[in-house]
Amino acid sequence: MSAGPWREAARELWANKAAVAALLVLALLVAAAILGPPLSPNDPETLDWTHVAADPGFAHAHWFGTDRLGRDLFVRTLAGARVSMAVGLIAGVVSLGLGLAFGAVAGYVGGRTDDLMMRFIEIMSGLPLIFFVIFLTVIFGRNQFALFIAIGAVGWLTTARIVRGQTLSIRRQEYIEAAVASGAGTPRIIWKHVVPNVIGPVVIYATLTVPQIMLFESFLSFLGLGIQEPSASLGTLIAEGAGEMEAAPWMLLAPGLFLALLLVSLNIFGDGLRDAFDFRERR
Amino acid sequence: MLRYFLRRLAGAIPTLFIIVTLSFFLVRIAPGGPFDEERSLPPEILANLQSAYGLDQPVWAQYVRYMRGVLHGDFGPSFRYKDFTVTELIAQGFPVTFELGTIALALALAVGIPLGAFAALHRYSAADYAAVSLAAAGIAIPSFVLLPLLALLFGVYLHWLPVAGWEAGSIRHLALPVFALSLPPLAYIVRLTRGGMLEVLGSPFIRTALAKGLPLRSVIARHALRPALVPVAGYLAPAVASIMTGSLVVESIAGLPGVGRYLVQGALNRDYTLVLGMVILYSALLIAMGLLVDLLYAWLDPRVRFER
Repeated sequence: MSAGPWREAARELWANKAAVAALLVLALLVAAAILGPPLSPNDPETLDWTHVAADPGFAHAHWFGTDRLGRDLFVRTLAGARVSMAVGLIAGVVSLGLGLAFGAVAGYVGGRTDDLMMRFIEIMSGLPLIFFVIFLTVIFGRNQFALFIAIGAVGWLTTARIVRGQTLSIRRQEYIEAAVASGAGTPRIIWKHVVPNVIGPVVIYATLTVPQIMLFESFLSFLGLGIQEPSASLGTLIAEGAGEMEAAPWMLLAPGLFLALLLVSLNIFGDGLRDAFDFRERR
Repeated sequence: MLRYFLRRLAGAIPTLFIIVTLSFFLVRIAPGGPFDEERSLPPEILANLQSAYGLDQPVWAQYVRYMRGVLHGDFGPSFRYKDFTVTELIAQGFPVTFELGTIALALALAVGIPLGAFAALHRYSAADYAAVSLAAAGIAIPSFVLLPLLALLFGVYLHWLPVAGWEAGSIRHLALPVFALSLPPLAYIVRLTRGGMLEVLGSPFIRTALAKGLPLRSVIARHALRPALVPVAGYLAPAVASIMTGSLVVESIAGLPGVGRYLVQGALNRDYTLVLGMVILYSALLIAMGLLVDLLYAWLDPRVRFER
């Protein structure tokens, strides 16, 4: 394949000023989260008793102020953003993998298996999944690995549907027939031929799943079910800040605005990416 | 159509049954029990408590007993709120949650649909960009960030509205939580209406109607709006789910005495019956919403048939 369609999609994306701006903001936020904590003179867990609940300002070293225990909010927000981003990425990969495997098998095998698997998806998407995730997080408690799995398990249903649709459209293509004719088994065909050919649109869709997952993680953390002390995500920081809102509003504003900016830019960039690639498929 | 409706209603019962069964065993797999305290109870008292609530029996016997109760409309006693049955707790809190949720949904529809339609009719205008930006922000900003910020602005700084709390019949106390709760579904509805409207406006039957010389206003009202709202109807059940989950945090931030807190608290306290009662309530509501959506589809798009 030539680079043609990719270049065209890239040009389309570049013409979308909102998406480009969102990508810039996103790059800035990610760079701040990665580079901020090691470069800052403060540590997210060190208590500074000379500056407890200090206002934001440049007079002291705490640009975003400090919390009740004198911990620097600038570093805590960035460290929390790191945790939120990590959860978004890992749970995003989990949901991508689940959806890819499920959708490719359902679409390729077809027939009764497909009916059954899609019926399962239908029932699952009718359920209040959030309640099950709440159960799971309560049951497994402080196990953060289980948290990733539980959150990732929420986003995979739509992915599976998209993958199945894509698989159905390539199932009858010559290269699949050739693989069947040369005696390749079904698992091999799915892994070697179906998955690589449907992964593109799914990865693009994943850019829209990641902000949903991050939103959900901060929701759980806000409820006290997600990330646990001493580590903090944006959700736990927002929960702390909401409690201190009247006395120390910056405790809410710093993580709240960071999360809002992150999610808005991720969504806009994801939309732009999807539009750019849809354009390619339409012709 | 009535037959279809009844069949769907009958199909909802096994779904609900599966949900309740799954939840029943899931909460019991969780380590710990409802009577775990900081200071452990003397074994005799613990044994008495457990036999009083039937926890000394095997799990399947508890399950049979619980399900029999549910079928008779009895959701059992709460394990943590002593002297309250789950039915009483839900009956106390649900009207608040229901009021909050229905107003939020009504607001999302009443503002979202006209705004989305207006944006589609004035594509690429300043109003369109404003609506699309509002939608982007509304989808991304979680209600638990928005509500404290609004409370800070309107409650703490401007003193226009109460920061939190609840008084029966007071609209002022509901204003901020309702707004925070309705913004995410409102944003989706703007998007869906705008998208649906743009698609319908480009279709041949609209061109025909306009070519006949019908005024734009009546083409939109009589021909375009109904098919354009099909995606919005499909979103209604997720919208209710989003409002339900949102109310879990919004009620606790705004200090409203609804049922939202029972789900998470109940799960943390291993208050088995309370959690199950909440799951049944929320699932039944969601399933009912799904049924309503199916009927709406038929009204919005006469091509939809009730065959399957």
